[in-house]
Amino acid sequence: MKWACIYFTQFALDGVLRNCPDPDEPLVLLHGPIQRRIIKAANPAALSLGLRPEMTYTAAQAICPQFATVEYDEGALRRQHELLAAWAYGFSSQVSLHFDDALVLEVQSSLPLFGPWPRFEARLRQELTALGFSHRITLAPNPVAARVLANAGDSLNVREDAGLASAMRTLPVALLGFEPEIVQALSRMGLRQLSQVLALPRAQLARRFQLSLLNHLDQMLGSKVLPLEFFLPPTTFRLRIELNFEVESTQALLFPLRRLTSDLATYLAGRDMGAQRFTLRLEHREAPTTEVVVGLLAPERDPALLFEFARGRLEPTQVVEPVLAIGLVADELPSFVPQHRGLFDERPQQTVSWEQLRERLRSRLGDDAVYAVGAQGDHRPERAWRRDTPSLALQALGPNRRPGWLLPAPEPLDIDQSRVLSGPERIESGWWDGEDARRDYYVLELSDGRTAWAFQSPAEGPGWWVQGWFA
Amino acid sequence: MDNAATNVVALDSLLDSRRVWRGQSPHVDDASTQPTGHSALDGQLPLGGWPDAALTEILSARPGLGELTLVWPTLARLTAAGERVVLIAPPYLLYPHAWLQAGVDLGRLSVIHVQGKDVLWAAEQCLRSGSCGAVLCWPSKADDRALRRLQVAAETGQTLAFAFRHQREAVNASPAALRLVLDGSPQQLRVLKCRGGNPPVAALAHRVWH
Repeated sequence: MKWACIYFTQFALDGVLRNCPDPDEPLVLLHGPIQRRIIKAANPAALSLGLRPEMTYTAAQAICPQFATVEYDEGALRRQHELLAAWAYGFSSQVSLHFDDALVLEVQSSLPLFGPWPRFEARLRQELTALGFSHRITLAPNPVAARVLANAGDSLNVREDAGLASAMRTLPVALLGFEPEIVQALSRMGLRQLSQVLALPRAQLARRFQLSLLNHLDQMLGSKVLPLEFFLPPTTFRLRIELNFEVESTQALLFPLRRLTSDLATYLAGRDMGAQRFTLRLEHREAPTTEVVVGLLAPERDPALLFEFARGRLEPTQVVEPVLAIGLVADELPSFVPQHRGLFDERPQQTVSWEQLRERLRSRLGDDAVYAVGAQGDHRPERAWRRDTPSLALQALGPNRRPGWLLPAPEPLDIDQSRVLSGPERIESGWWDGEDARRDYYVLELSDGRTAWAFQSPAEGPGWWVQGWFA
Repeated sequence: MDNAATNVVALDSLLDSRRVWRGQSPHVDDASTQPTGHSALDGQLPLGGWPDAALTEILSARPGLGELTLVWPTLARLTAAGERVVLIAPPYLLYPHAWLQAGVDLGRLSVIHVQGKDVLWAAEQCLRSGSCGAVLCWPSKADDRALRRLQVAAETGQTLAFAFRHQREAVNASPAALRLVLDGSPQQLRVLKCRGGNPPVAALAHRVWH
C-alpha cells in the first residue's frame, strides 16, 4: 500500500480567495469573540500592508483602515474539505478526511490507471492549482508517515517500509505531529530529532509519556495500522456561496455562478456522473428564495457547458430583491455516458455536438422550442401529428398522397380552384372521442400554382376548407 | 518564402472547384458531393448539385410552390446517412406521413420553433456547430448582412444551408452561392445566380424537376 497525503498549506484562506473576484485586494480572515477579534490569516496583499496573523482587529485597523474581512467559518471549511475529498474520490476509492487541512488517499491501486507516480502527481497538482488550492503532496507506505512528511516539505516520497525509518531520522520533533505537550516535554528533555526518540528504551517511553506517543510512533513507522474512516461522497450536491455585498443584477452573479458550476463539475467527475437537472437558489433578505431550475435533456458534466446553460437560464431571471447568497442544489445525477464519437470524424472541425447545440438553443429560446415530429396512427390529419420523440413503429401509411405542409386548423379557401386532381377521399373517424370528423378530401390545383388538400364538410360550413399544401 | 509556398494552389484545382471560371461548359463530369436528387436540375447547375458548405436561397411568392419536393430527396439522402436536419421556423406544421413517404427519417429531423430575429440566431448556431447535415430556415426578415453571416457560418460548419424567402427579395443582391426562384404560374424553376458558372437561361418546367 502506498499513501499520498495532500496537505493544503493555507486551507481557509484559499477557500475564501477562490470565491473572490479580485484576490489581489488585501483580505484577512477574522475569528474570536466580538470583543476580541483576531486575524486568523492574511493574503499576500494584506501581509505587505503589515497585517499579521494573531494581530487583533483593532490593531490592524490602526495600521491600515482599508482591507476586506471575512469571517473564519468552520462549517464552510468542512464543506470545502468534503468537496476536495469528492474530487480525490475520482482518483482513489480510499480517501480519508482524518487529518485537518489535509487529505490522505491510497494510491497503490490507482497507479495502473493513472500512470507512474510522477505523472499521477503532476496531474493532481495541475487539478489542484486549477481549483485554486496551494498544496504539498507526499507519498509514503502509510497515511501517518505521509502526513508527517507533508509537514517537512513538498514532494517528499518514500516508496518502501524499509527506507522509512532512515528517511525520517533527522526530522525535528516539532514536525512529527505529536500533541503540543508531548513536543514540549521532549524538547525539554533535550530530544530534538526522531532518531533520538527512537534510541530511548520503549519501556521508559511508555512509562513516562501517554500511550498516544508510542501509538503515533508505531503508526508512523508502520508496525501498527491507523484505523481510518473512508469518505463516501454524498448522493446530492449542495453548495452555497455567501456574497460579501448585496447584488442587484444577474451580471454580478456570474462570477460566483462560474465557481458553483465548476465545483459541481469537479464533484461529478469524481463520481463519474452527469447533472441532468439542478437548481440555482438566490437568497434574499425578505422575499422568498428565487429558484432557477436548469433542466437538461442529457446529463452533462463539462464545466464550461454547465456554466453556459446555467447562465442562459439565470440571465432572463428577474431579481426581485438584492441577492445575499447564491446556492446550487443538484439531486438528479444519472451516470454519465460519454458521447460516442467516430474515430474518423467526417467533420474534423466539429466542435459542438448536437446534444450541446440543442441545450444551447433551449437555454435561449425556451425549453419547448426544439422538438421532433412524430407520426400518430390517426386518420384525422390534425391528429396525425405529434410533437415529441418520433415513434419508429408507424401504422400503415396507405397509398394516398398526403401534403408536406399541414395547417394547424382548416382554413376557408378563398382562391379560385382551377381543377380537381383527385378525390374524393372520405375520412371519417373519431366518433369515440367526441371530435367526430367526416370529410371528403380532394386534391385541388389552384390558379396561383399551388396544390391544396381541401375538403368539403357539412359540419364546417359551405365551401372548401384547406387542410394542407402539397409543396 | 515558406509562407508563399503554402499559398500556392494548383490551377487545376481552382478551375475544377469553379473558383476561377473561364467559360467552361456548365456540365461537370464528376458527380457532385451534394446532388439535388433531380437529375434535370443537377444537369443545369455548374457543380452538378447544391453548392457544398454554402447558402442556397429559395425564393417563392408563397409557401407551397414545390419547395419541399425540391429538397426532399436531399433530406432523405442526408437523414439516411445519419446526418441531422434542422428546420427553423417552418411556415406550417409538418405532415409526418408525407415526409415519411418522401423517405425522410423523422428521427433525424428537428424543428425549432422561434420567431423574429432568433430565427437567424438559431440558424447561425446550428450551421456553425457543424453537427447538422442541413439547416433549413424561414427568416421573416433578413438583410444582406444577415445572409452573409449565414453563408460564413455554413462555410465554418461545412453544412448545407437553405434560406426560404419571399420572391420580392429577388431584386436585392445576396451573398448566397445559389439562388433559385419557384414560380407559381406557370409552375417553373429559375436559377437566378449560381456560383461557378452562368445561370442557365431557360427555366425548368414543373414536370422536369418534380
